[in-house]
Amino acid sequence: MDLRDTPEEAAFRAEVRAWIAANLPDELRGHRGGAARFEGRAMREWSRRLSDAGYSGLTWPREYGGAGAPYSHQAILFEEIARAEAPPHIGVIGLGMAGPTIMAHGTEEQKRRHLAKILSAEEIWCQGFSEPEAGSDLASLKTSAILDGDAFVVNGQKVWSSYAHIADFCILVARSDPNPPSKHQGMTYLIVDMHSPGVEVRPLRQITGEAEFNEIFFTDVRVPCENVLGEIGEGWSVAMTTLLHERGTLGFALTTSLEVAVRKLLALVRERNGHDPLVRDRVAREWIQLQALKYTNYRALTALMQTGIPGPEGSVSKLHYSESNQRLTKLALELHGPEAQLMDGETGGYWQYQQLRSRGNTIEAGTSEILRNIIAERVLGLPRSR
Amino acid sequence: MDFSFTDEQETLRREARAFLEERFPAERVAELADSDEGWDPASWRELAELGWLGVSIPEEAGGAGLGFIEEAVLLEELARALYPGPYFSTVALALPALSPEEQARVAAGEARWSAEVDGLVPDLGAVDWVVADGAAVRAQGHVLPTMDATRRLGRLAAEAERGASVGAIDRPRLLAALAAEAVGIAQRALEIGVEHARTRTQFGRPIGVYQAVSHSLADTYVETELARSLAYWAAWCVAEDDTQADVAGAAAKSFAADAAVAACERAIQVLGGIGFTWEHVLHRYYKRAQWIQSFAGFGAVLRADVARAVLEGGEAAELDGAALAAEVG
Ligand SMILES: Cc1cc2nc3c(=O)[nH]c(=O)nc-3n(C[C@H](O)[C@H](O)[C@H](O)COP(=O)(O)OP(=O)(O)OC[C@H]3O[C@@H](n4cnc5c(N)ncnc54)[C@H](O)[C@@H]3O)c2cc1C
Repeated sequence: MDLRDTPEEAAFRAEVRAWIAANLPDELRGHRGGAARFEGRAMREWSRRLSDAGYSGLTWPREYGGAGAPYSHQAILFEEIARAEAPPHIGVIGLGMAGPTIMAHGTEEQKRRHLAKILSAEEIWCQGFSEPEAGSDLASLKTSAILDGDAFVVNGQKVWSSYAHIADFCILVARSDPNPPSKHQGMTYLIVDMHSPGVEVRPLRQITGEAEFNEIFFTDVRVPCENVLGEIGEGWSVAMTTLLHERGTLGFALTTSLEVAVRKLLALVRERNGHDPLVRDRVAREWIQLQALKYTNYRALTALMQTGIPGPEGSVSKLHYSESNQRLTKLALELHGPEAQLMDGETGGYWQYQQLRSRGNTIEAGTSEILRNIIAERVLGLPRSR
Repeated sequence: MDFSFTDEQETLRREARAFLEERFPAERVAELADSDEGWDPASWRELAELGWLGVSIPEEAGGAGLGFIEEAVLLEELARALYPGPYFSTVALALPALSPEEQARVAAGEARWSAEVDGLVPDLGAVDWVVADGAAVRAQGHVLPTMDATRRLGRLAAEAERGASVGAIDRPRLLAALAAEAVGIAQRALEIGVEHARTRTQFGRPIGVYQAVSHSLADTYVETELARSLAYWAAWCVAEDDTQADVAGAAAKSFAADAAVAACERAIQVLGGIGFTWEHVLHRYYKRAQWIQSFAGFGAVLRADVARAVLEGGEAAELDGAALAAEVG
């Protein structure tokens, strides 16, 4: 056990810190995130710079444009990004889900075509999993993909698809066998070009007032067979790879995001209510919760580096992060007193936005109830509830 | 960065668990806790022979020359077994205040110690000496009726004989030790709850299928893992004399103690009537969890320390990034 950086890690940290100081534009520091990221070119430009410096696919193999670095470097990079309050790379779904799934199941051609462009933010990806009738129970999805010559013909509707309005590609799970022996069979995982004829995207306005997620309608969309990811009919197991990465690699990103929130909260407390013992107690609690998340990720990281397999800590981190973030953002609003309602207050609606956005944290990427089911059944070995 | 135990440390944990499960099963702990003496003094010899009393004492002084991380492993396992005896008092509380000669006597199993904290002395009736106000005081006084009968508190008599002067107790180390114990308690409470939820049937199904039951156990798992991370972080800081030891100890103890209490409360609920009996071992874990919570500061007291560190102290400077920005230049 040694929680210090090794000399090699320390050198990498110094390099990253200096690089961020030299390259992060001021207007992006402390950016609140959300749909505003997609206005103008600044965020894409920043993502491309991250990528050019080799920081976006840090742990990806070199042959796919990554740096082949150990996971510890990924953790250090995220810590430094948090410290500088720099925004993360814009291609959340490409980097966190599509990329790792393509690496695990894709053909050489698919890897060559997409991975480098995901890293450079030239391609923005979205995830078409959820449907109106299939949310937590994803396997009950109905969107169909029927083989017709050299292509699958896709019909159906996806919903809550983040970034679909700006995405170039979609990772889509659809039913290729209308009468499968069981509902987990007969699905096929496809890479869909969002610019294909028959794809229609309708933005959905969210609780924050912004539209970041969308409905996607597919009408006779032809997807060439070369865009099947994994085997035909094996879509469910490919989708499980995506979800494993969604929750598995999420830990560091979540810690980063919570770390930024705690830093801002502490600054707010110092400025406004630094002497109120009740506030001090609550802010100390949030700081402790952040350390708990951080060191749980360190344990997960060490296990991952030693065994190569992500442990159950992913679900722990996601559950803990989402509830911490919800509590923390409410505390931040409370510190504003009656002005908490003002969207154009001195913090420019920052906390108002974060507080509302945080309600999505316990729903997206597996609801908290589903994560508790997973822990109960797969970690604790309790009987299945369904 | 490496946040894992070494093979030797894992072996120590396995051996400790095996020994404690064999020598201190729940029935024996209950018997001892309900006895007048409260523990089995013969067990001290066994701990000395296992080398557990001198884990962090240098080899020249008859110890193993290891560190606090190994001690934290043992404290966690001893708590998991609810070992009734003054290991915590001697090793976690008093040891750092003692001279090398006296530490050698501890390693050899020849002296048992405790310390006075907030006017109370844990295990007063089971030790020889007490660290109080910078002096060694003979363990003379009254053992008081204590909720947790496996770790009774006492008060020194005013006329208790004062001996040589000794050092001070090491607060971060004390807090880290309590956090490690809390993790052991929470883990055992979780196991008891899970075992029951798997086997107890009501309405024709094991109660673990009901989410009101399973989700409460999942919450215990999450909190126990978070507490574990904090406790090991604090243990490492203490072992390495890291500048964060103070704040890590306070953070870990406040969180882990609360997690252990909640773990026991959820387990009691999951067990139903049997969880409310004297006969079942669970109440003894609950009482130890509350003992840990109350000793050396409830959560709010420790969080006040954390607040000071992160709002005004060294942690604040670290968080400000001012120092770091200067470093990068
Ligand atoms: C901000 C945001 C972004 C999203 N982005 C995407 C995206 O990019 N791509 C995508 O495909 N999807 C996305 N989603 C959708 C998300 O994955 C689903 O909302 C989620 O899986 C829940 O599905 P649902 O909305 O249909 O709710 P339901 O599954 O109907 O759940 C409703 C409630 O019932 C509970 N529930 C359901 N089943 C159980 C059970 N077995 N036990 C206990 N409780 C249960 C749930 O926990 C929830 O509280 C996003 C969602 C949000 C909020």
